[in-house]
Amino acid sequence: MAVETRDDRARPSLWNDPNGRAVIYQILLIALVLGVAWYLVSNTLANLERQQIASGFGFLDRESGFQISESLVPYAASDTYGRAFVVGLLNTFKVAVIGIVIATVLGTVIGIARLSSNWLVAKLASSYVEVLRNIPLLLQLFFWYGAITVSLPHPRDALNPVDGVFLSNRGFKVPLPEPHIGFTLLAVGLVAGLVGAWAVGRWAEARRNRTGQPFPSLGVGAGLIVGLPILGWLVGGAPTALDMPELGRFRFTGGMTLTPEFAALLFGLSTYTASFIAEIVRSGILAVNWGQSEAGLSLGLSRGTVLRLIVLPQALRVIVPPTTSQYLNLTKNSSLAVAIGYPDLVHVGNTTLNQTGQAIEAISIFMAVYLSISLAISYVMNRYNERIALVER
Amino acid sequence: MTIRMLIAAGAALAATGTVVPALAGESLDAVRERGSLICGVNTGLSGFSAPDSEGVWAGLDVDVCKAVAAAILGDGEAVEFIPSTAQQRFTMLQSGEIDVLSRNTTWTLTRDTALGLNFAGVTFYDGQGFMVPAELGVTSALELDGATVCVQPGTTTELNLADYFRANEMEFDAVVIESFEEVNAAYFAGRCDVYTTDASGLASVRATTAPNPADHVILPEIISKEPLGPVVRHGDDEFLDIVKWVVFALIEAEEKGITQANLDEMLESTDPAVQRLLGVTEGMGEALGLSESWAYDAIAAVGNYGEIFDRNVGPETALGLERGVNDLWTRGGLMYAMPAR
Repeated sequence: MAVETRDDRARPSLWNDPNGRAVIYQILLIALVLGVAWYLVSNTLANLERQQIASGFGFLDRESGFQISESLVPYAASDTYGRAFVVGLLNTFKVAVIGIVIATVLGTVIGIARLSSNWLVAKLASSYVEVLRNIPLLLQLFFWYGAITVSLPHPRDALNPVDGVFLSNRGFKVPLPEPHIGFTLLAVGLVAGLVGAWAVGRWAEARRNRTGQPFPSLGVGAGLIVGLPILGWLVGGAPTALDMPELGRFRFTGGMTLTPEFAALLFGLSTYTASFIAEIVRSGILAVNWGQSEAGLSLGLSRGTVLRLIVLPQALRVIVPPTTSQYLNLTKNSSLAVAIGYPDLVHVGNTTLNQTGQAIEAISIFMAVYLSISLAISYVMNRYNERIALVER
Repeated sequence: MTIRMLIAAGAALAATGTVVPALAGESLDAVRERGSLICGVNTGLSGFSAPDSEGVWAGLDVDVCKAVAAAILGDGEAVEFIPSTAQQRFTMLQSGEIDVLSRNTTWTLTRDTALGLNFAGVTFYDGQGFMVPAELGVTSALELDGATVCVQPGTTTELNLADYFRANEMEFDAVVIESFEEVNAAYFAGRCDVYTTDASGLASVRATTAPNPADHVILPEIISKEPLGPVVRHGDDEFLDIVKWVVFALIEAEEKGITQANLDEMLESTDPAVQRLLGVTEGMGEALGLSESWAYDAIAAVGNYGEIFDRNVGPETALGLERGVNDLWTRGGLMYAMPAR
């Protein structure tokens, strides 16, 4: 009798054991989710089969047959659908990366300007924010695209502010240096300058922390960034040959082009996102207690130094997480390119979808790509956030 | 136990609840039950399918839908028009959102097979052309090396364009915009030197959208074959037959001289072919699963093929297209109806 009771207490039935019940619920839930997913997939496959609609990713190896207007890698209509997707993906990256940089700089400047004691500057900044963030982005894109194609002249009457630079409704044309060892060295010098400036900055900060001696790292860094490329160019023989754009029968040949589609998308995305980032920056700065600035000022630091060394490092902790969301938004919003004809991933993918009829495959590629890009941005921004977070002792 | 029950339930659900968009015979039943035909048309291509100022759809493609609706339901107005872009159209048809797609769609091998579609005939033989501003002074498409071309994505046009420039070793920049209105706007704003689509589409755009139609010329080269016609889904042969034979009936009616006006007189005709078509001699309607007055109703709703053509795109309209290859075979064209017997 006693033995039986102890056994009962040690092992209640699985259903009456809270842990056991939890496990049962979890298993039930997983089974349900898997069941629904399996149902959807098998149903879709059965329907595709019955209507004899092609499925699978085999189409990626077939010749695409359509042209893409701008591409970072060589692409022709005789290339495959797979390569067309890569071209679209790189175009998405291009606009997202440049857009994020511009939006961040512009947003920070406007956010700080909105707090300015200068009435005009503050009001201009707040009108910028209120106007841009309250108009749907798609309309803004149409506006900028229309503004470029309608208001700029035809290539034959192109605006020509500087020799070799042309502005027309076909885009912005600038000369490109002819391939030469001097220009290669110039690029190498630029990279070396950037790395050097960063290294000097770190060294100067370490020295200041150690000895308290300030070092003009800004000036030295700028000197490196400007000086090394010039040095490289001079060592390479100081070439001056440029590939100048020339007007053909229809268009400019040679040089480098910024197309109206890219320009409108980049401009629309970055100004729109900047209006949100400006508000985030403003909230971040306001979140730092005024006492912090007062303390800095009473130590005799200049206003700029107070902003740079005291306010911004603390504000960043408030700024970074919501800014990450804005970066994600900008990247995802770049798919609105479809509307104005910039060949981003979705634009190219939609064409592929339509030529091959394989909607499910194309849409899954879109989703996988945007998910990967977004997770990658989140990961990087989260790491950065950890680095600047308050170090608790 | 529970899991096994769940799997069993899931299997039962999958077995019984499989949702299939209209298949074998279901399109016809669905149309009858609904009391209307759902027809996918262009978002606004004057002459083929465009809504007027009161939202009433008109055009050649629209009339084909009305004829099909009249043949099935006896009422040419029992059609619901759903506008679709070039990119959405096939997905809408595949998913069962529309019963028939009548949207200046080119008949190609891939679409007929891998996309799971069936073409029910040709209602307009078209070909791809180029339109340029007259001030450019271009007289032939072969002078277009280096030009910027406006084109809509997801069309055969986009592929023919790349083929044509490749074949003639010319270069071009493409401006590819999905929305028909936006691509028109881009061309007329001067973003492109050339606008390319089907020659009938160019005529339509020039007649209705150009600020001054005389400022734009359509080049003589026709670079492709674009047979346009109504499309239905794979797997519903009965419905395919109906749409196919309605198209034939419209052509046959023109050949036999049956018009909207003389339709009732024609019921008295002694020509056996006319009697079979109009249901005086019974049997054709039954074979299609329709009433015997199917062809009569279709012609009563929209007239014969020649009347449809003249009313929407013919010489008297803004588009001003000649019959050309779209004339009857008896007059040297390609319009040829299979015998209704």
